[in-house]
This record gives sequence, structure tokens and C-alpha cells, in this order.
Amino acid sequence: MTSAAMAGLRIESLSKEFTAGRPVLQDVDLAVAPGEFVCVVGASGSGKSTLLCLIAGLSRPTAGRVLLDGHEVAGPGPDRGMVFQTASLFPWRNVAHNVAFGLEALGVPRGRRQERVRWLLDEVGLGHLATALPGRLSGGQQQRVSIARALACSPRVLLLDEPFGALDVQTKEDMQLFIRQVWQDVGTDPLTAPLTDPEAPHAPADPAHRSTIVMVTHDVEEAVFLGQRVLVLSSDPGRISQDIAVNLPEPRSLEMKRSPEFLELKATVEDLVRAEHRAHQARTAL
Amino acid sequence: MVIMQSTSETTIAPPGARPAATAPPPARVKLLTTSVSSRTAWLLRALSILGPLAAWWALSAGGVVDPTFLPSPSAVWTAGVTMAQSGDLPSDLLASLGRIGAGFGLAVLISVPVGFAMGTLGWAQPLFEPVIGILRYLPASAFIPLLIIWLGIGEPSKIALLVLGVVFFNTLMTADAVRQVPYRLLEVSATLGASRLRVASRVVLPYALPGIIDAMRVNAAAAWNFVVVAELVAATSGLGYRITRAQRFLQTDRIFAILVVIGLIGLTIDIALRLLRSRVGRWTR
Ligand SMILES: Nc1ncnc2c1ncn2[C@@H]1O[C@H](COP(=O)(O)OP(=O)(O)OP(=O)(O)O)[C@@H](O)[C@H]1O
Ligand SMILES: [Mg+2]
Repeated sequence: MTSAAMAGLRIESLSKEFTAGRPVLQDVDLAVAPGEFVCVVGASGSGKSTLLCLIAGLSRPTAGRVLLDGHEVAGPGPDRGMVFQTASLFPWRNVAHNVAFGLEALGVPRGRRQERVRWLLDEVGLGHLATALPGRLSGGQQQRVSIARALACSPRVLLLDEPFGALDVQTKEDMQLFIRQVWQDVGTDPLTAPLTDPEAPHAPADPAHRSTIVMVTHDVEEAVFLGQRVLVLSSDPGRISQDIAVNLPEPRSLEMKRSPEFLELKATVEDLVRAEHRAHQARTAL
Repeated sequence: MVIMQSTSETTIAPPGARPAATAPPPARVKLLTTSVSSRTAWLLRALSILGPLAAWWALSAGGVVDPTFLPSPSAVWTAGVTMAQSGDLPSDLLASLGRIGAGFGLAVLISVPVGFAMGTLGWAQPLFEPVIGILRYLPASAFIPLLIIWLGIGEPSKIALLVLGVVFFNTLMTADAVRQVPYRLLEVSATLGASRLRVASRVVLPYALPGIIDAMRVNAAAAWNFVVVAELVAATSGLGYRITRAQRFLQTDRIFAILVVIGLIGLTIDIALRLLRSRVGRWTR
């Protein structure tokens, strides 16, 4: 295998059972290229969170394996940042110290750490709240901090588990644009790399150095708007039943949500999810 | 509950008070927890102390009870001042405080790490829980005779009693506080690359610290009990010893004075730990 083929995230016949004989995920195969933005949609209980936890290394597969740049994932690590559905900030640490947590663990020197935290907080639009405790923040702000905290370690892959599920429509739209922007701006270059551009000190020099994003959502519109690919996860057992390329122009804008191409693609995915749901109901009715 | 309340209200209402066609007003439900203004709170605090004090004064000054059994507040004050001036009270107080410091301090030094381990390490819980679960039901005071046989009547037996009385409870309560840390935070820490040691010191400890201090606050009160008990049984100094001396001469006023001192010291320790807790746990509000 060439190094280009090894790069990125590979999932090979991954299965997960919590109770023997009842797989939640079965034979999931997936390859995500470096810098790709992939969205996963599926019914509640289809195993979306389970899939992300396996990639994050927070739980072990029953069979199969997860590879990142050719190395098998054996446990959690800062190369795979995870943002959970409900923000899980450290309540006693202020916003800046929350974002700095991973950098401290990595042993990044103080000056570099503070400078990166400041830049990330500006990037997520929370520079003015650096010293606030998480308890004082709104849900959307907390999720932004969670994302900044995960990005601080410069992860190869960013795993997002329904990060905007609990937000209102307006905030959600803002966050969609925001995560797209973050994906453009924040690279995965090692934290030790020399700072080149003082205007965007952490921006990736090369699009291939962008973060790879795997985002779970149950909102089909969101998936089509954000993803370069949308994966449909079937239920019982969970497996990837559809892999749809989203060939919409980049960068994405909110107006695009009204374009015929977008609406058509959204309808297609919705039909697929619905068909999946019907099939599942029919199976369980037997 | 709510429905029952509103129907009973309708039936109780006098006829004509409310037109029959009008639906009953929605039942008003209050939250279980209520709060009062800080002024009211201070008034109630004062009442909590001054009320019993006034009752005591009324009982003794009214001559209802023989002063040998219940001395008046002023007699107690005089006895306290006399003891303080003779130097007995300060030296006894220091002796008792020294024992608390050593015994309670030792108990905390043992129980917090063990409790922390029980709350975090898979093997520590099944290893320690059963034995501590049994030992904590053995009344520490019943160990006094044994401790005197083993360690003599000097300081070691008293410190050992304090440790025995406090260490098991404080261990289990610390373990409980540590277990309150949300699993999600441990997962997040791991995905951010934190080692187990770092998670223990930077995540579990800060999260559990307010609870650990609360446990210490509860057990500090128990420690006070045990030190006085130990001194009542066998000692040549300390507040408990001073009580037995006063008992021999039927000096109830002195006994009361010492009890007041014990109460005040206990209150001081409690307030100090409370302040520490609200400082450390500022983020919990
Ligand atoms: N730790 C666990 N132990 C046992 N069963 C589990 C565990 N975690 C998940 N499951 C089961 O696995 C299935 C998939 O759960 P998962 O949380 O991955 O679903 P999901 O697709 O993320 O759903 P949702 O959209 O509601 O978040 C569910 O049936 C759930 O009951
Ligand atoms: Mg989920």
C-alpha cells in the first residue's frame, strides 16, 4: 500500500456488540481522505454515537479495526478530537483554561499555549469571554468552546456528535457557517511547526492539512449543507447503506440552501433515510 | 396531586362565589425549595442561638431548676472567666486542639488518598469497601479499653481513637465525592491526551474537592466528640478531663462553661471549613 492510500481515516469491517449476538454496528467499512468533511445521518439508535466512540478509541470494537494514517487506533488520543452532543466543559475552568487543557497535557510551552488559545477563541468568536466560567455561557457558546478545545490539540480528525442538535434554528445556522469556516482555517499542522503567516498563524498551508471532520447529525439538511459526502447509517444492525457525494460549489453559503441542486440532493437523502426507516420498521414488525 | 387540589378547591368554594361556567383557576404549584431574603436569614440565625439561650436564662433565673443542676448564664460566664484567668482553660483547650490536629489530621491523610483510590481505581473499591463497611459500624468508643491496653493512657491511645472514629467514614464519603465526577469529563480528558495522573490531579481532584471538604466538615464534628470522650475516660489534661474534675466537685457552672467553649470551637471549625468550601467550590454556583 502506498503512503497516500494509508493517509486519512480507514475503518475496516468494524463491528460492535454490547450484548452478544445483537450487533449495533456490523461490518462497517469506510475511508475518509485527509481534509475531508463527512456527515453521517441515521435514525436514533442506529449506532452513530457508537461509531464515533469507536473512532475516538473510547470503546473497543468487537471485530474489525480503525486506522488513522495507517496506525491502528488502540485508545483515545489528542489526534482525534471529540465534541459530544452536550457540551462537556470543565466547569471550574474558565473558557481560556478549558481550551488550554489539551495543550497543557501535550506540554506546549506557556507562551505558545496562550497565543494559540487566544487565536482559537477569536476564531470561535469568544475572545471577550476568555475569563468566563462555562456555567455562564449559552448552549451555542459552550459548544463553540468545546470545538475550540478539541481543535487546540491540532487533531488529525475532528469527531462531532450532533453538536448543534440542541440549538435553535438561527444559532444552528450560525454554527454551520462557523464550523465550515473553522474547517477552512484551522489546520492539523504540528504545534511545533514554525509560525509563518502572522495574520493566520495556524491556518493550514495546504488544503490537505485541513482537519478531517466526521460529523454525526440527524438533520439531513445540515448534513447536505456541510458535508462533502453524506453517509446514511442503517439500523439494526448499523451499517453504511449509502455513500452520497455532495457536489455543491465551495464555499457553501446559506443562499445555497434554496438552490434547486441543494433541494434535490436533500430530497434524495431524505428519501433514502425514510426508506431505511421503513425497511427497519418492517423488519422489526416481523 | 395537582388535579386533586384544584377539584377540592372547587367543591369547597361557597356556592355563588364563582360562576359555575367558569373553569377553576389553574392550580398554583410552588417549587419545593424556597428562599428568604438575607435579612430574614440573619434574623433566623440570631433566633436560632438566642432563643435557646433565652429559654436557659428564663429557666435558671426563674428558680424553676436548682442552680446546682442548671447554673444561670451569668454563673457560667463567671466560672469561664475564672478558669480562663487561672490558665487552666487555655492549656486544656490547647491540649484538646493538639489531639484533634494530630488525630483528625492523620485520619484525613489516610482517608483522602484511600477514598480517592476507591473512587477511581477499579481494584481499590472491592478491596477496601467490605472491610471498611464492617469496621465503621464498630463504635469507636468501644475501642477505648483495648486502645489503653495496647497503647497505654498517653497521647497515642487518644490519637488512635480519633483516627478510628473518623477514618472509615471519611474514606467512604471521599470515595463517594470522587465517584460524582461525570464519566463524560474523563472521556473528554482522554481524547485531549491527558494521562491518568493528569486526569486525577487536574480533573477528578478539582471536581471532587468541594465534596471532600464537605465530608471533612461532617467528620470534624465527630472528631470533637471523640477527643472529649477520650479525655473523659483517661487524661490529665484537655477539656474532657476538666469536665471530670468539675464533676467531682459538683461545679456544674464550670462544666457548662467548658461545654460552651467546645461548642464555640466546633462552630469556628465548621465556619472555617465552610468558607474554604465555598472558595474552592465557587464554580458550583
Ligand atoms: N454502553 C452501551 N451499552 C449497551 N448498549 C448501548 C451502549 N451504548 C449504546 N448502546 C446501544 O447501541 C445502540 C446505538 O446507540 P447509539 O448511541 O450509538 O445510537 P445513535 O445513533 O447515536 O442514536 P441517537 O441519534 O439517539 O444519539 C442503541 O440501541 C443503544 O441502546
Ligand atoms: Mg447519539
